[in-house]
Amino acid sequence: MNALDFSIAAQAWPYLWSGLIFSLSLTAAAFAIGMVLGTCLALVQHFEIPVLAQLVRGYVAVIRSIPLILVLFWFFFLVPIVLGHLIGNGRPIPIGANATAFITFGLFEAAYYSEIIRVGLRAVNKGQFEACQALALSTYDTYRHIVLPQVLRVASPIILSQTIILFQDTSLVYVLSLTDLLGAASKLAQLNGRLVEMYLVVAVTYLAISSAASQCVAALRKRYAVATSR
Amino acid sequence: MFGVLFEQAADGQRYIDWLLSGLGWTLALAFFGWWIAFGIGVIVGVGRTVQNRVFAIPARLYVEIFRNIPVLVQMFLWYFVFPEVVPSALGDAIKRIPPPWASFFPALLCLGLYTASRIAEQVRAGIEALPKGQLEAANALGLSGYLTYRHVIVPQALRLIVPSLTSEVMGIYKNTSVALTIGLMELTAQARQISEATFQTFTAFGAATIVYLCLALIAYQAMALIDKAVRIPGSAPARLPVDQDLAIEVQQGALPGAMEAAK
Repeated sequence: MNALDFSIAAQAWPYLWSGLIFSLSLTAAAFAIGMVLGTCLALVQHFEIPVLAQLVRGYVAVIRSIPLILVLFWFFFLVPIVLGHLIGNGRPIPIGANATAFITFGLFEAAYYSEIIRVGLRAVNKGQFEACQALALSTYDTYRHIVLPQVLRVASPIILSQTIILFQDTSLVYVLSLTDLLGAASKLAQLNGRLVEMYLVVAVTYLAISSAASQCVAALRKRYAVATSR
Repeated sequence: MFGVLFEQAADGQRYIDWLLSGLGWTLALAFFGWWIAFGIGVIVGVGRTVQNRVFAIPARLYVEIFRNIPVLVQMFLWYFVFPEVVPSALGDAIKRIPPPWASFFPALLCLGLYTASRIAEQVRAGIEALPKGQLEAANALGLSGYLTYRHVIVPQALRLIVPSLTSEVMGIYKNTSVALTIGLMELTAQARQISEATFQTFTAFGAATIVYLCLALIAYQAMALIDKAVRIPGSAPARLPVDQDLAIEVQQGALPGAMEAAK
């Protein structure tokens, strides 16, 4: 066993930091895309829009049943082809691994968020809808101002927990050879041969961030439980 | 479209044999990993609920650490870091393990220990959902702490949490694909290899996707059967705070939607 030398990690920190920034921006982008798209997917199922609802159900089921790595491979292969058909002359448009990662995580997380929101929609009290009708609110206003805010509020702890899992899952872009936190560490480790220090630093960084975020969610959950028990 | 799978590959086998051997590794990892996870998960989950700090603090630490590090990073820790930080005799012995097993054992350990931390939280939720009277009745009968847990608390808690364990079963078989990063040729890795050898990417990934979907279906049905067999008759679902209730429903809802879509 060689002596551990963490000064290597200190020197490597600027590079690791840029990797961490990539991980965090991927998480943020996937959260934003996933929430907007996920809400749409949930509403399509909620309103039982013909054909579309079945398609969405199939999409959500498949995405949730296969490993994220396989989803990454699928999108890596499909996105250029689909883009080619949509905006080009049918020839695949290479958009690079980074863009593919952002699109994949957004679409992938949409399936998970939509499931949370779909169940949240079912949990809204019937009286809320009746009250909206009595006030002659349109369907759009009912959902926009009354129903969705309540769903998002009730589901916020699970949505945030899912986002912490998402942050951890972004490490899988390693299979696309991207330079996220883990990718940066692994590239450096190959250069300087200090695998042990590099991976330990990465593990501790993930542990600190996820653990702190989990504590925040737990506190939120507690505060929320008090607010609703009145 | 799947015809190419029956063609001969460069090594004399058919591509479908590659897929099947990948499926074998995936199943082996998921199956053995599950029992490691279940055993440790129950012990740690019980540890999370006892007053005695000698058990409670390590259990809490276990869950914190294993749940908050990504599976892929844990995979690297077991594969690259673990042989370096143990005494060198043991480390050298680990490095001498021949190829497929040299990836398989770290992956097994990684998935087992990671999933254990998730099962522990489910077990804890199950124990906390039990009515307090169970514990009091066991006390009144003069059962020791160990006997109370062994014969009263844990069996009931496990029967309560079968539905939420379904999502952990799905989780462990999906996470087996992470083992490809340390060189285990499981299902996803084989699909990628077939796609690289034949350029039939659609077929290769499509076949793997169908296999994963079938596995999900089987896992889901099996857990539903187990739940039906062991559900506590007449037990009202435990009242949890709304959002936890939601969480459980989301987990359980994971597949019925899929089943409807599949019909």
